[in-house]
Amino acid sequence: MKFTWFNLMPWPYLPDDFRETNRSVWVDIDQKLFDPARSHEVYNTYMDLLEYADTLGFDGVGVNEHHQNGYGIMPSPNIIAAGLARRTKDAAVVVLGNSIALYNPPVRVAEEFAMLDCISGGRLVAGFPVGTSMDTNYCYGQIPSLTREKYQEAHDLIIKAWTTREPFAFNGRYNKLRHVNIWPRPIQQPHPPVHIPGGGSVETYDFCIDNTYSYSYLSFSGYLRAQALMNGYWKRVEERGVDKSPYRAGFAQTILVADTDEEAERLYSEHVSYFYNRCLHVYPGFADAPGYRTIKTIQTGALSQYAPPTGGYTQLTWKELTEQGHIIAGSPETVRQRMEDLIKGLNVGNIFCLMHVGNMPADKCMYSTKLFAEKVMPKLRNMFPDWDHDNRFWTQPLKDRVTSGALPKQAPTREELMKTYAVEA
Amino acid sequence: MELRTVQTTYAPVRYLVGGAGPDLVFLHGAGGVTADDPLLAELAKSHRVYAPLIPGYGDSEEAPEIRDMLDFTLHSWDVVQALGLKDPILVGHSMGGMIAAEMAAVQPNDVSRLCLIAPAGLWDDEHPIADLFATLPYEMPALLFHDAEAGAAMLTAGRNVTDPNFLQTYLVTNARQLGMAGRILFPIPERGLAGRMHRIRARTVIVWGDGDKLIPPVYAHGFKKGILGAELVSIPEAGHMVTMEHPRAVAEAIGRLG
Repeated sequence: MKFTWFNLMPWPYLPDDFRETNRSVWVDIDQKLFDPARSHEVYNTYMDLLEYADTLGFDGVGVNEHHQNGYGIMPSPNIIAAGLARRTKDAAVVVLGNSIALYNPPVRVAEEFAMLDCISGGRLVAGFPVGTSMDTNYCYGQIPSLTREKYQEAHDLIIKAWTTREPFAFNGRYNKLRHVNIWPRPIQQPHPPVHIPGGGSVETYDFCIDNTYSYSYLSFSGYLRAQALMNGYWKRVEERGVDKSPYRAGFAQTILVADTDEEAERLYSEHVSYFYNRCLHVYPGFADAPGYRTIKTIQTGALSQYAPPTGGYTQLTWKELTEQGHIIAGSPETVRQRMEDLIKGLNVGNIFCLMHVGNMPADKCMYSTKLFAEKVMPKLRNMFPDWDHDNRFWTQPLKDRVTSGALPKQAPTREELMKTYAVEA
Repeated sequence: MELRTVQTTYAPVRYLVGGAGPDLVFLHGAGGVTADDPLLAELAKSHRVYAPLIPGYGDSEEAPEIRDMLDFTLHSWDVVQALGLKDPILVGHSMGGMIAAEMAAVQPNDVSRLCLIAPAGLWDDEHPIADLFATLPYEMPALLFHDAEAGAAMLTAGRNVTDPNFLQTYLVTNARQLGMAGRILFPIPERGLAGRMHRIRARTVIVWGDGDKLIPPVYAHGFKKGILGAELVSIPEAGHMVTMEHPRAVAEAIGRLG
């Protein structure tokens, strides 16, 4: 199993009446709600939490990309990842990911990911999302019905840039580059493992299968509602005649651990409510630009997860949120059981643990994270013994890696330096 | 009006045809056009009307290769040619007006009579055009019609909103139609027409509903200024869907082209 500690980086100061006074947390969110001075502490606390997860033995620390978004103040995940590459030791740096259709030219992603892989010593997991319609179309102006074509071309260019050892010309529809020759290139060969966040489109299933990429379903509605979608994926895997390694798939799940089930509710319910009611308050007009989803996908009934359930999340109590699996919360034993159901039910080897929720303060987050790492994670380690040696979907770091801050505290004296570089007579 | 098919390079194109008189080509807006369209009926009284559907609209085949403004423009010329028409009266509404203006700018010698009804294609920072692609269905009537209530009735006519498959059908139709329209309208409905408009030689009538809330009437002046000798007909108590609200007045304005 691979557990990645994930932080969406929500803005924790949305007002109580946010829903009533704002139409959307995304795209046209009120500028005035962001306070740059306060963000200094928010960013640094969030990065500290990611670093803390590394010390507890999580397999990865995860970041993602959103734009003009009150629940994700990370328009550039690579900036956070660069910090993590320096300040973490063993965890994979999971960037899930860069919306590659948005980078001009996309070789920028090939370069930045290569830098992250080099700085981290080969610990990068490279995510290539198409990006939500809010980010890609409404914020970044990509034409909805051409977004996938542009994404596909960006992907082909990046992989070719990573794997070609001499300069080449790339004559694409969206990218015309006479001299592609990235410098630096990644440590991991032939390239870092690729994870593709998807939302139920058949085309994406095939794309992952064809390229041996891991398919990640990043949902906020939990594992019970994900069953149908993941069944569709595994059915496709079977049809295509490839193995059903659980590492072909990943799933994001909100997880909150306390001493008892009651304590979990008492400690965390306000933060869960903050997330579902304020952070997911997206204007439906921004949820799904016409043409963004393919006809085939619409016909399979996969609608935007940003369309809230009937009645909205406001109507859902803590009990309903836990029972319906939107969140997995409770004592270590409750969480272990639920996680086992999730892992077996969806057959997923990569879990993106959403352990910071809404406006959760750092102390509660550390408490929950530590309980999960010490009392839950060890018991879930051996879920797929048959696939222990499947290295195709995870990092292959260098064995000997340097750590940041390894320089001596003081500059050498002249005498010391002369000794070190003494010229032999 | 009768629905027929004509073959073009990109795809078989569906078109509505009817009436008798001088040839007239009508290019529809982002919402598409149907056989019972009141403006087509009005025009068919005195014209042979051809209203081709943009690929992906109605029941027509999609043409993924039509991606940008030049593709739309040349494809529309291909349709005119495939229909065997020479110098028809060229009329376009909204997105169709944008395409018609581009056609007339690209091949100025092939269009002598042009009517642009609340055309897209220009952008003025002082008067931003509403984002059609972020507008919810229930918000459409107020945006598109002078009389929102009557407009809502026109928009839902012939649709069974209680059908459980309605939502999916609606989403598929939207993805096909607005997905295609988005290629020249998203996120800003402007693709450089301002720099090409001066090439238009056709006698031009511009028609605008004076209560247009989607593309405000101030845009009419941009077109009038950019096209030599263009005449502006402003229609009172009409919104962006002036074609449905006042078909006779629009047909009369087109009649000025002779």
